[in-house]
Amino acid sequence: MPLDLVCPAGSLMSLKAAIDNGADAVYMGFRDNTNARAFPGLNFDETQAAEGLRYAHDRGRRVLLALNTYPQADTWARWTGAIDRAAKLGMDAVILADAGLMRYAVKQHPALRLHLSVQGSATSYEAVNFYREHFGVQRAVLPRVLSLPQVENVVKHTDVEIELFGFGGLCVMVEGRCLLSSYCTGESPNSAGVCSPPKAVRWTDTAVGLESRLNGVLLDRYGKDEKAGYPTLCKGRFEVSGETYYALEEPTSLNTLDLLPEMLKMGIAAIKIEGRQRSPAYVAQVTKVWRAAIDAVKKNAEGFKPTPAWQAELNKLSEGQSHTLGAYHRPWK
Amino acid sequence: MNLSLGPLLYYWSREDTLAFYAEAANWPVARVYLGESVCSRRHLLRLPDWLALAEQLAAAGKDVVLSSQTLVESESDLKALRRMIGDGRFMVEANEWGAVRLLSGTGVPFVAGHTLNIYNPETLDVLAGLGAQRWLPPVEMSRVALMSILAGAPAGMETEVFAYGRLPLAYSARCFTARHYNLPKDDCQFRCLDHPDGMQLSTREGEPFLTLNGIQTQSAGVYNLIGELPSLRELNIASLRLSPQSRHMGRVVEAFRAALAGEPAAADALVRIMPGPAVDGYWHGRAGLENSLAQNA
Repeated sequence: MPLDLVCPAGSLMSLKAAIDNGADAVYMGFRDNTNARAFPGLNFDETQAAEGLRYAHDRGRRVLLALNTYPQADTWARWTGAIDRAAKLGMDAVILADAGLMRYAVKQHPALRLHLSVQGSATSYEAVNFYREHFGVQRAVLPRVLSLPQVENVVKHTDVEIELFGFGGLCVMVEGRCLLSSYCTGESPNSAGVCSPPKAVRWTDTAVGLESRLNGVLLDRYGKDEKAGYPTLCKGRFEVSGETYYALEEPTSLNTLDLLPEMLKMGIAAIKIEGRQRSPAYVAQVTKVWRAAIDAVKKNAEGFKPTPAWQAELNKLSEGQSHTLGAYHRPWK
Repeated sequence: MNLSLGPLLYYWSREDTLAFYAEAANWPVARVYLGESVCSRRHLLRLPDWLALAEQLAAAGKDVVLSSQTLVESESDLKALRRMIGDGRFMVEANEWGAVRLLSGTGVPFVAGHTLNIYNPETLDVLAGLGAQRWLPPVEMSRVALMSILAGAPAGMETEVFAYGRLPLAYSARCFTARHYNLPKDDCQFRCLDHPDGMQLSTREGEPFLTLNGIQTQSAGVYNLIGELPSLRELNIASLRLSPQSRHMGRVVEAFRAALAGEPAAADALVRIMPGPAVDGYWHGRAGLENSLAQNA
């Protein structure tokens, strides 16, 4: 089925919001650092996961489990235990980044469907096909670094289904290859399942403005009329050669509604919405817009144009109230 | 324990690059990594040039390893990768899993680079089965985490640790150097050439934080494990990787040689020629930008 809509479920409420508003699948994580949104108060214990699965399956939808951090040597059993639980619960797929963990999954649970996480940093068909050959991976989520023609080249050279990010937070770095967060705080998505972790964030009102710090490092300073966003490290303002600006990326969200016809045409299997850390209301609104858009493009790809109402709704929900096509659109680079 | 000269991460003129490696032939390093592993647009040296350099350094008694591109995006990136692996004269360092796929088909041993994200012995074992003979842990890995992996590492696997230089922390499709100059990446005018050690990025209160190097983001702090030789020896580390900087690299190598030989003044000599503040937080399981010596002082 082309252009499946895959939505974030940080909680049971969000899961239901996504399903009720038309998600084909949701993705979730267990309540520990086995997934890349290991935030306090998020994610599922086994009972909630079972309830979520029941809710989704009763309605003919699927549940994917993100186990997409890199297992650490001394706590390896936490990740293999999570794989075992996923199989026992009847997850429709697990989303993995680590080759060693894939080998374990294939050996212990050969019927369990494997997806390659964006954290696996596979940006070429050679890399994607590596995971296919060795572990039978059936779908790969591509990092948000390829232009659309480059994505198409991957699709043409692999049997693996390709899933793309469509909307939400924008990683400016190749996922899985970014250690900025651990350089600053000691915790990275790879090893701890967090980026710019909330516990390292400090807000201070000063004479020169509101300051956001991450483990003491000044990420930004806001004037009276400026809206302050969550201090994600790569979206701060810094000084380079005497100029102060968003040296890496502006606070902005990815929004690829405009690209849906091309994505459909090139055979993209699924569109992923980022945001397990967002509220159920957010998930409901974003899912609703994307459901409508995907239905519309499937009905009439030639005549497809995102409605102003959809874009307005999504912009309202975007970081910095602005959006970008990211690397899919070459000039962004 | 011996020394490796890591791949040149910056973009230097052809003359400067050749002069650098002419000197390196005389440095006390056992191994030299060659090739452009950061940006596919950098072309002042092409594969035949790197191979000629490789021959010269091999003739000078160095083990030579060709370091593959870390971010492979286009078909031409793949072609370059296949050409490099296809040459077959030198060992290759795989910096992403596409290279692993191509190398595992050749039956030739390879080096598993630090961006392959090897965080546990099982993944290391997968790579050993495919032909990896040597590996580098992710630069964020602590001594304690490395010890856990090595306890279960496959037999015969050599470990190399990134021990000196600005830390390669992140890679992007976007070029941050071009962005600084308001240039599109496709017409970057090769501004990296003006910044032989990258561009420093500081916080708004003037604290050096990161270094922009094209599509790569490095630390501003200089990772330095010269004071950790006893713990590195205890872990049975085969080699220490020293990452090239534009000035005083011969003296950096000499400082590590002296330290390995047990000369006590070596660490102090090194501090005087480092291009930024020393950091070693990662090794101690802390934020990368921390410096254990500063805290003890």
